[in-house]
Amino acid sequence: MLGINFDQVFVLLKHWLLGYSPAAIQPAVSILLTIVPILLVFPVLFALTTVLERKGLGRIQNRYGPNRVGFYGILQPMADALKSLTKEDIVPASADHTVHFLAPLVLLAVAFLPYAVLPIGRNMIAANLDAGVLFFFAIGAISELSVFMAGWSSRNKYSLLGAMRAVAQMISYEVPLLLSSVAVIMAAGSLSTVEIVEKQAGFSGIFPHWYVLTPWGFAGFILFMIAATAETNRSPFDLPEGESEIIAGYYIEYSGFKFALFFLGEYLGMFAISGLGITLFLGGWSAPLPFLTWIPSWIWFFAKLLGLIIGFIWVRGTLPRLRMDQLMNFAWKFMLPMALVVVVSAGAWRFLPQGLTRWLVSTAFIAVAYLLLARGVETRNKIAKRTYRFAE
Amino acid sequence: MMSATFFILAAVTLIGACAAMMLRGLVHCALALAVAFAGLGTLYLNLGAQFLGLAQLLVYVGAIAVLIVFVILLTRGGDSDSPALSPTALPIAGVLVATAIFAILAWAVFHSVAIHSPGLPAPQATIRQLGTTLMADYVLPLEVIGLMLTAALIGAAIVAMKEKQDPQ
Repeated sequence: MLGINFDQVFVLLKHWLLGYSPAAIQPAVSILLTIVPILLVFPVLFALTTVLERKGLGRIQNRYGPNRVGFYGILQPMADALKSLTKEDIVPASADHTVHFLAPLVLLAVAFLPYAVLPIGRNMIAANLDAGVLFFFAIGAISELSVFMAGWSSRNKYSLLGAMRAVAQMISYEVPLLLSSVAVIMAAGSLSTVEIVEKQAGFSGIFPHWYVLTPWGFAGFILFMIAATAETNRSPFDLPEGESEIIAGYYIEYSGFKFALFFLGEYLGMFAISGLGITLFLGGWSAPLPFLTWIPSWIWFFAKLLGLIIGFIWVRGTLPRLRMDQLMNFAWKFMLPMALVVVVSAGAWRFLPQGLTRWLVSTAFIAVAYLLLARGVETRNKIAKRTYRFAE
Repeated sequence: MMSATFFILAAVTLIGACAAMMLRGLVHCALALAVAFAGLGTLYLNLGAQFLGLAQLLVYVGAIAVLIVFVILLTRGGDSDSPALSPTALPIAGVLVATAIFAILAWAVFHSVAIHSPGLPAPQATIRQLGTTLMADYVLPLEVIGLMLTAALIGAAIVAMKEKQDPQ
């Protein structure tokens, strides 16, 4: 009883607050009470993540990381925020001022929109759309344009290069990202994020019905997370930023608070896509074990989100950056066919009777495809003089 | 239906479309066109056509606008502010084409069933219904279109690819 109340504490709080507002403005207040927490919580999470990331990377690279501001450097984001607020905002003389100004705003607006369809807890979703997953990807597609706007308007070769790389990479990796989500949509029979989470909320024995615990779901989850890493331009797919080659890519000409906005937008994008991964594969807000259901649903969501963030940081500290041709080869020659096989495997899982057969068939699809594709990639990567083929 | 939202979205769409026509820089025009596309998509959402609206955003803003921008950058450098074809080159043809398209659309709208039977309830096409119809009733056209698009994709890749130089 206590657990259930605690689970719904924010929903009840919202209704309680709504009760005090006059009926005429209640819709507006309701919208405000839904949006403001999202606008507050995720930027705070961003601040925490920057500390976590710098500390974690420091640990991986045998150094301390930030440890001067506050207790063990925990107040570092405050110092960063103050610094970027007080820095001079420099715009290049030859830049396209309007587009240069609009780019970070568009990016940030687009970064916040996907949270509308993420179920953060039971009954905790801003907009329960019939086509939530589709909404997520439709909004994600707009962020490509904002990246291009930033890169092009700076009138800088490096930033244009970075923008072109970013757009090419985002378009390429959107294909496996969408296809691995299609497998889940097929299994759940719905595009609504709420319904997808509810389908995964049950247990058989002690195992939850999460899609990641099926053979196709496991493969799909890994593909999804790789594509998500590329989609958010994070290491090892951070060629668009590529500090050592093109300095900072599309936001090279941004300084002060606009740079901070880009930074924020990028991390918000990473949280949002991790949230979608959690919703699609990791059961959203549902508890991993039946005897843990008394813990509130939103705690589970944020615990899973934090887990994925730590995974991102770990990968960033471990893997070297890919080359552009490796990136494209990986997307089109391995990820895309693999994602198609995952879709077929999910279809087989859906239509075979429950039992050992469908486990075997589904696993066989994935395993055979993985072995063949991995071998194909391996034999092509003979160490020799590289030859490039360009589009004319 | 004629709510404040509708007028805001219509204004955004129209301003975007006008800017796409009148701005000098080609990249600016492309970005303004993307605004018009996005406005159209949100108009569909406002009318309750979720799938159509989101598909409009995904395809037009996400793919077509990016494609246009890429084409501009790869062919003309994007820096040239002077369009090759001056706006007054073919005024009569332009006006003719625009009038013809407007006439056809107006004719179609005024002869549509929806206008003449206002009592008819708006059809509720959920995404599930759309999917079932596509996969059950129109599966052959769908497969044919899929095959054609795949062939076009492979063809484009082959045309764009430089022939490998012989080692001899």
